[in-house]
Amino acid sequence: MTWFQEWIEFLNVNLPLIVDLTVEHVALVGLAILVAILIGVPLGIYLTTNEYLASTILQAASIMMTIPSIALFGVMIPLLSIINKGIGFVPAFIALVLYSQLPIIRNTYTAIKNVDPGVRDAAIGLGMKTVQRLFRVEIPNAMPVIMAGIRTAVVMNIGIGVIAAFIGAGGLGVMIVQGIVRTDQYLIVTGSIAVSLLAIIADVLLGSVQKWLTPKGLETNS
Amino acid sequence: MERKKFVSLMVRYGFYALVIYFFVWSFQKNYFSYLFKETETFVLLTRQHLELVAVSSLLAIAVALPSAVLVTRPRFRQTEWIFTNLANLGQTIPVLAVLALMISILGLGFKTAVFALFIYSVLPIFRNTVAGLNSIDDRLIDAAKGMGMKPHQILFRVELPNAAYSIMAGIRTAIVINVGTAAFAFLIGGGGLGVWIFTGIRLFDNSALLSGAVPVTLLAILADYLLRLLEYVVVPKGTRPSANA
Amino acid sequence: MITFDHVTKIYEGDVKAVDDVAFTVEKGDICVLLGPSGCGKTTLLRMVNRLESITEGEIRINGKSNRDLDTIELRRSIGYVIQSNGLFPNMTIEENVTVVPSLLGWDRKKKRERYHTLMELVGLDPAEYRKRYPHELSGGQQQRVGVARALAADPPVMLMDEPFGALDPITRERLQDEFIQIQREVKKTILFVSHDIDEAIKMGNKIVLMRDGKIMQHDTPSEILVHPKNEFVSRFVGKDRAIKNLSLHTVEDLQKEIGLGDINETIQDTKTVNIHQDLRNTLSTLMNQEAEQVIVTDDHGEKLGTVTIDHVQRYLHLEIREKAPVSTEG
Repeated sequence: MTWFQEWIEFLNVNLPLIVDLTVEHVALVGLAILVAILIGVPLGIYLTTNEYLASTILQAASIMMTIPSIALFGVMIPLLSIINKGIGFVPAFIALVLYSQLPIIRNTYTAIKNVDPGVRDAAIGLGMKTVQRLFRVEIPNAMPVIMAGIRTAVVMNIGIGVIAAFIGAGGLGVMIVQGIVRTDQYLIVTGSIAVSLLAIIADVLLGSVQKWLTPKGLETNS
Repeated sequence: MERKKFVSLMVRYGFYALVIYFFVWSFQKNYFSYLFKETETFVLLTRQHLELVAVSSLLAIAVALPSAVLVTRPRFRQTEWIFTNLANLGQTIPVLAVLALMISILGLGFKTAVFALFIYSVLPIFRNTVAGLNSIDDRLIDAAKGMGMKPHQILFRVELPNAAYSIMAGIRTAIVINVGTAAFAFLIGGGGLGVWIFTGIRLFDNSALLSGAVPVTLLAILADYLLRLLEYVVVPKGTRPSANA
Repeated sequence: MITFDHVTKIYEGDVKAVDDVAFTVEKGDICVLLGPSGCGKTTLLRMVNRLESITEGEIRINGKSNRDLDTIELRRSIGYVIQSNGLFPNMTIEENVTVVPSLLGWDRKKKRERYHTLMELVGLDPAEYRKRYPHELSGGQQQRVGVARALAADPPVMLMDEPFGALDPITRERLQDEFIQIQREVKKTILFVSHDIDEAIKMGNKIVLMRDGKIMQHDTPSEILVHPKNEFVSRFVGKDRAIKNLSLHTVEDLQKEIGLGDINETIQDTKTVNIHQDLRNTLSTLMNQEAEQVIVTDDHGEKLGTVTIDHVQRYLHLEIREKAPVSTEG
């Protein structure tokens, strides 16, 4: 049998495992992104009202991004051991939420900042209250850019999620880690392809969501 | 206004306090003991780590820059999208997968680790260089041609200096990521500070863990800082994004 | 001198961008290539320094075919100014101005001297701008630097592709005036692309009006205004060409034809104009003041007489209607 045929055979046998791990991976990344959005978007909007805080938070978030993921997991193990959650889902989840903050906060902040001052003035002139202005004018206009930030965060997190397998958080990384430990090419190749596909699919899907969320009038310049 | 400034300062000092508290706490728990007990090993691992990053990054720059210049020449313009898409696709493959696949192809060892890191660093540098070269206004090139610059003069006097910001950003991103990725070199027998991190994870040894993880983090932050300084020197003043805002 | 000897440019797919164009730009003249967008004027200009290849025919610069020279040599010997000024953002103003001298390997002292001369010529303080970068300058200042850069190696021939096109009307007018002054000093042979008839009249010794790659008319500005050769030219020149033509005549011309009016000392607040002022501006001075007359002075401020709207009208009839029997549009 050729290598390829053997690999197909391997896929056949392990399909349930692959599906399980994919579901785990998606659940981890999805949950982390959801929480990251709930924190990052309101924070990004709030930062447009406070320049000083904005520069502090954005600086902190960008330093956060330079911390290597394996090192962050490593640092979190002893910290979270205090509450007996040193390995597994919790540290992985926290790390992914933290990594997502920079793209989400930064994009929200710049998108709201960049809403045409003329449009904002017009909204004030029409007698809109701050909240109405935010939800009817500023957020819809900023939506494509905010979505682009979320998209970046999702694709990045799918990749980092692989590393989380080292600290027992499950997901497709398990196949790759096991593959390395057992020097099993089929596991490595399958895991890698699955994760790459997942990232590409997420990228394409979120790309179309981004397009769909773009107000018709903005399409040409976004 | 004053209140906003105050909130921002509080948050800033809050961050500092957390970082300081973390270090105090780790010292109290003796989590950095390896740094003192096994200073020689630490120096060795750090040197290995730096070697991995330096060699692979230099190779990546040496390959990515010329190929980016090549694919943006008029002769190859039509094929450029192929390379850009390939680079985009390559970026979605997880770091770990690249490393793991290299083992099957090249076996274990330092060279494999360097090669895997190199592969992974080439992409951001290539992408940013192509993007930087493509973003140059055609009219600039036209002006340069019109005044009688030769192709190599246009490249070195106009194109590369004006793309320098984008190129440097690509190199910085690649190297900072590389510092983190080099920790995985341990898995393929390449040494580096990853040795302590993974030993720590396996043996639930917090001291080994932090003695590896904290220096790697500091190295990444330091690399980022130094490369930003270099950026300041290399990127011509008139082409920095803040200059045109 | 630039000679276009039956020049044709055919793009792929048999598109004739320039179709059998033949004319000569005399030494020291500004020749304006005028026409709507897509008429081939920019293509024609870019064929001179071979940024576009020539399909048929020949372009000669001072008698020598531009094909005989190496492209690099050729381009270095021709000044080139484009609409967006094309200053290099990575270089300081001084580096920008001295780009061509650097390419030619001039020494530092010579370059610095040249920089000083040129900046003074275009009306910018050399010391103040030396270390500044293009993005720190206004559009008008950038364009002045663009002109200085094109003049750097003292090329006998200059190509200017809508050099003032991206500027606001006030700045554009000022730069046009200044450039005319500069040209008086440097006396280059200039090919100047424009789509603006007013600019063409103002800047050109000759105008080549083009359409679909062909020359519609090649004449002096006043001939084009007074004797448009065909329907296209007269339409392009516009309904107010009589008024435009006024800008080609001065108060002095009027004085010679019909004489000036007497000065009425009782009229208050009368403005004065110089005898060399063009009639278009004189007319607008008249329109914008209460008094019905303006006092004409010579260069020493000596009062010579007055001009009224009536004078201008009579001159208009005499000069333009009689010479231009084409239509009653004016």
